[in-house]
Amino acid sequence: MQTRIVNIRAAAKAALEEGLCRVVAGYAPGAIAMRARPVFIDKPEDAGKLTWSSFCVGNLAGLLTQAAKQASGRIGVVAQGCVSRNLVGLIGEGRLAREDLYVIGVPCLGMAERRKIEARYPGRAIIAVEESEEVFVVRGKRREERMLRRDALRDNCYTCVQRNPVIYDALVAEPVPDTGGGDIDKVAAPWEKHPPGERLAAFQAAYANCTRCHACRDVCPLCYCSTCFVDESTPQWAGKTGDFADVATYHLLRALHCAGRCTDCGACESACPQNIKVRRLTSKLEKDVRALYGCQAGMALGESPPLTVFRPDDPQDFIK
Amino acid sequence: MTREAFSPRIAAFLCSWCSYGAADMAGVGRMGYPADFRVVRIPCTGRLSPKFILSALRQGADGVWVSGCHPGDCHFISGNLMVRRHFTLLKNLLEYVGVEPGRLHFSWISSAEADKFARVAADVAAAVRALGPASGALGALIKAV
Repeated sequence: MQTRIVNIRAAAKAALEEGLCRVVAGYAPGAIAMRARPVFIDKPEDAGKLTWSSFCVGNLAGLLTQAAKQASGRIGVVAQGCVSRNLVGLIGEGRLAREDLYVIGVPCLGMAERRKIEARYPGRAIIAVEESEEVFVVRGKRREERMLRRDALRDNCYTCVQRNPVIYDALVAEPVPDTGGGDIDKVAAPWEKHPPGERLAAFQAAYANCTRCHACRDVCPLCYCSTCFVDESTPQWAGKTGDFADVATYHLLRALHCAGRCTDCGACESACPQNIKVRRLTSKLEKDVRALYGCQAGMALGESPPLTVFRPDDPQDFIK
Repeated sequence: MTREAFSPRIAAFLCSWCSYGAADMAGVGRMGYPADFRVVRIPCTGRLSPKFILSALRQGADGVWVSGCHPGDCHFISGNLMVRRHFTLLKNLLEYVGVEPGRLHFSWISSAEADKFARVAADVAAAVRALGPASGALGALIKAV
């Protein structure tokens, strides 16, 4: 992990010094333990602000569509597998151009779910977490504990299929095995196992605590519309209240907007202050897209998003 | 003819170039079909956004029917083929959260197929009528006013 930090800083410093990019988007340590926040640096001497940890769960690709409008010249970005897939997706959608990006690629070991670590040590304040490839050392006020990385990974990181960046201009560590070890098709769309009559209860229970803060939308690299459908007022497609009809409409539509584009980066779940498993819906759509159209978002440059194209023989059994 | 107690409200999104014409022709031909539909004329099924369908459900529709041109016949070449993937995913997603399959219907009906229009309309109305007023997952999507 330390190697990655050192090499990210060196790569960013070199890129800014040599003029390979005008600004670098990366992660800086958060104000408290187990947090990282995005940071933009434009001076080589600021490279020391950059860091890397298993808590870099926000997706930087989403910030670049804004930054690309404002910055003239290439933008550097620190990108692990999923973020690079989102960059590829945004390039495919015409939101970014490959030649405007300088990608500092990070082979990823999977990101940690801070709630899993907190749950392991209930009632105890965690002051810092240090990590190696296999182990997290969780420091409290008086004690320190060790926890295996595989016990702390986020759900989506178990089933990751692309831990190494798809595109990069500099790579800060040796490539790692591309998969997280889990099989996404076995865990995606969990409510499919319920009989149809019980699915509503599962749906309602999962989203009952949603406060409509829209953090899942704001952190999502796919959500770059200048006016989101939830903010449209004439007509108002989705209400803004916490009423279940409004919550459900919002989450269903958001998931549909991400269909065929979602890279399962998990930023939505990590950002949710209410710990809602937003991927219960998005994983269903991605599972269908894989099964029906054989597509996985952002795996190669030059591919069209599956919902912008068609095949004459697409399945249509249900159409009369 | 006896009037049944429950008369469903079905939002029908009909493509202006084909199914809407078929509805016209069915009317001109004096073919009988149920009067349970609230027709929204759209320029192409490709114009249809999932938010239209969810908005109809939010306002209390008991069912939704979308009908457009046969594959290959789209006025805009491929609007119906593009939207076919969206339909598939939307239908699967709504069934995934518990909406009954009989609530959502899709069909391809050309403007010459008035008989097919009347037949499918009867099928759709019968299917929704059999399920009764929106309840369960569909009921949960209705915005209380």
